Amino acid sequence: MTSHSARADSAGIAGSARALAERRPLGDRVFQALALAAGLLVLAILVLILVSTTQQSTTWFGKEGITGIFSTTWDPAHNKFGALTFIYGTAITAVIAVILAVPVSVAIALLLTEVVPYRWARPIVYVIDLLAVVPSVVWGLWGVQVFAPWVLPHVYAPVARALKGVPVLGNVFGPSTSGAPSGPAFFTAGLILAFMITPIVTSLSREVIATVPTIDKEGAYALGATRLEMIRGVVWPHSQGGIVGAVLLGLGRAMGETIAAALVIGSSTQITSHLLSPGYSMPAVIANQFGEAFGEFRSALLGIGVLLFLLTIIVNVLARAVVARNVQRTRGA
Amino acid sequence: MDQQPHQEVTTEGVPTKHELSELTHHAETEQVGSTVFDTRNISIYYGSFRAVTDVSLSIYENEITAFIGPSGCGKTTVLRTLNRMNDLIPTARVEGDVQYRGESLYAPHVSPVAVRRRIGMVFQKPNPFPKSIYENVAYGPRINGERKKARLDEVVERSLRQAALWDEVKNRLKSSGLSLSGGQAQRLCIARTLAVEPDVVLMDEPCSALDPIATGAIEDLMQEIKSRYTIVIVTHNMQQAARVSDRTAFYSVLRNEQSDVRTGVLVEYDLTERMFQNPRDPRTQAYVTGRMG
Amino acid sequence: MAVAPEHRKVDLREPPSWRSAKSRIATVLMVVAFVLVIVPLGFVLYTVISKGASIISGQFLTAPIPFNVAPANVGGMGPAVLGTILITALATVLAVPIGILAAIYINEYGGNRLLTRFIRFMADVMTGVPSIIMGLFIFAIWVIHFGYSGLAGAFALGCLMLPLIIRSSEEMLKLVPDALREASYALGASKARVTLTVVLPAALGGIVSGVLLAVARAAGETAPVLFTIFTVTAVNLNVFSGPNTTLAAQIFANASQPYVGAQARGWGAALTLVAIAFILMIAARLVTGRATQSPR
Repeated sequence: MTSHSARADSAGIAGSARALAERRPLGDRVFQALALAAGLLVLAILVLILVSTTQQSTTWFGKEGITGIFSTTWDPAHNKFGALTFIYGTAITAVIAVILAVPVSVAIALLLTEVVPYRWARPIVYVIDLLAVVPSVVWGLWGVQVFAPWVLPHVYAPVARALKGVPVLGNVFGPSTSGAPSGPAFFTAGLILAFMITPIVTSLSREVIATVPTIDKEGAYALGATRLEMIRGVVWPHSQGGIVGAVLLGLGRAMGETIAAALVIGSSTQITSHLLSPGYSMPAVIANQFGEAFGEFRSALLGIGVLLFLLTIIVNVLARAVVARNVQRTRGA
Repeated sequence: MDQQPHQEVTTEGVPTKHELSELTHHAETEQVGSTVFDTRNISIYYGSFRAVTDVSLSIYENEITAFIGPSGCGKTTVLRTLNRMNDLIPTARVEGDVQYRGESLYAPHVSPVAVRRRIGMVFQKPNPFPKSIYENVAYGPRINGERKKARLDEVVERSLRQAALWDEVKNRLKSSGLSLSGGQAQRLCIARTLAVEPDVVLMDEPCSALDPIATGAIEDLMQEIKSRYTIVIVTHNMQQAARVSDRTAFYSVLRNEQSDVRTGVLVEYDLTERMFQNPRDPRTQAYVTGRMG
Repeated sequence: MAVAPEHRKVDLREPPSWRSAKSRIATVLMVVAFVLVIVPLGFVLYTVISKGASIISGQFLTAPIPFNVAPANVGGMGPAVLGTILITALATVLAVPIGILAAIYINEYGGNRLLTRFIRFMADVMTGVPSIIMGLFIFAIWVIHFGYSGLAGAFALGCLMLPLIIRSSEEMLKLVPDALREASYALGASKARVTLTVVLPAALGGIVSGVLLAVARAAGETAPVLFTIFTVTAVNLNVFSGPNTTLAAQIFANASQPYVGAQARGWGAALTLVAIAFILMIAARLVTGRATQSPR
């Protein structure tokens, strides 16, 4: 009413308007910057991994060249470092692991989502989690000291004898020309890797299968389908893509599992289709020989690490992309 | 909500057996065809919650029977009991007997798979499989063992014709079932159900997700196939029940004053024309004149 | 009341066809698959417990590691236990704040921008990077310049834990209902304050659970530490300089030894490690359980 209070009022209004227009408090902006930095750190680390390891392996890349890198000659004593045997070993053990683990994992995922009543699902999941929590090195320890010595006389030798002379299987599982079956071998490593990737393939398969709309399942049942028919007619078409993604994820995991493989693969640089023979893989050779490696040897091991990194990144990117596309398609429909 | 003083919500409130039998007795004198379903004092529980209490009625051959009532009254629950779809819910349990053509549906030796082949169901939201139109319709016959392509082609065409969809899709049988409009998709689901040549077709609010034109198409379809099948339809649309059905069952929610526990009950069951023009129960009257629900 | 004659008799018994048999066989196969998984797990646990229990004792967990691996019934895993605890703890301290901050960025600040989706995607991909690569990475970037140390090992394990913590924390943050955030905004709080005082506490149970699982994973890892701590047998309390050892590294070193004594010590270390991982896993479950029960 008085001019004084009117002025005070207008100053007050102008003041509060200024307060509204003020920029966000400093603390808020700093916090956001920190959060963003943390997120970017992820990208930075991935880039740094590639850069730093490549840097340390330029000696090897330079000296061997493309052909040298992919040669089969691995002879540290004579400075020959061809990595093909390890690439082969990594690929073959990972494939064995996936072939063994995927049917089992998908079956368990189906068991959990379609068959088992809710109350029983939790304990089954706990068991699968237990499988995941056993450290890689313990699997390796058990593998090399208990399983490999047991499997040779009780499984490999009889199988090899039985398959002697059989056309294809005999080459793979029979007695071989390069030596008798061995406990630590490609197949042993593949088998142990299969145990180790089962939890993640099961978990991802479950997630994928759970996105199948219940109403579709009811539609099949309402037509008088048995459970198997419903799974084949409804669940499978819906989750195909996602399960492929889960398989790829398992593949990536199996390729990179180091310690278990290092202990049971047999540490022998050879390429052979005889799966009961010892072999070697990329992470295994790095783990086993890094301690005594210097100079170009070390550079070669790091280079193999670079190859492994690129390989697993590619497989993982593919896997995640496939799963994302499958989830999107189901939700969209 | 208007309350009639003397017959609304009581602590017991379940119509006495005498009252019920009087109502259904009345309906049965008009029976034309054989009895397809006979539910006798069924109560349906989800765990310890009693969703539906003491329902007894009979469904007759080659008629369209409508279940109407406010939400929560149990009409869908009763419908799903007729083809053992409630089996899919772990805590669901049925007390009382459901007879299908003289056989008890819930006897130990009965296979739900066999039941559902004879008693099909169309759902509220159209649910075509992620397959081609042809494969959608052929799914049922295939799992029942039909392998010959010629026979399958025949069955697919016949079912799509019965569902009034053939002309619209006959040139694109290989395209995905998911690419159809809502009304077409629902007719596809009906064709799929008819392909296994069931005895009964249950429909759970089949038109509630559809526009009026698609709804009209489905209602026409129902009249066309009535002579070959027995149809039971749950609908929340009274006008639809009045248009389409021969007989109507009106369900309502009974609320226990003291415990506030609600359960669904069957209030009245009669020929449709009679129920809508001259309902016997005041609750029915309130519902069909729009004062309730 | 006239009842029309029933003219269709029905047979509702099981159709005598292959169909139900096939379905039942499928169910049996699924159960068999589960058994196929339990059996080796059971074997491994049984072996670890039986071989390890005979050697484990309070003394085992604190005694020094014998330099000469051959003798049996000597020494223990003291330095390795210490190393595992110290290095894993340091890794946790490094990875947890960064991981939670990154999850906060992705879920609270990032929106649906391309960068955010890319970061989330790459964090996912990073969970699949083999642990040995983390070891080589830290070797190339740190050890070459600063030598082996527990710190380097902590860096490597931290890199391993980071994506796991990011992904699990992000899932937990996503579960916090928007209504909570809106209530806080309506009271005039800034975004940082909303996040720190309302969202984070609401998601805390799940986040802690995820952290515990990541710790269990890191404690058991061998490859990242092989190249960063240079497995030794002497105890080293100084995490920041000088080589060190962990239980996992010792198990690896002893696994291929022909000496019974070394092998026995390896099994004792294995039992210790499995017990630690197991306890952390149970703790993680308990935390989630309590978090979902506590009133908000």
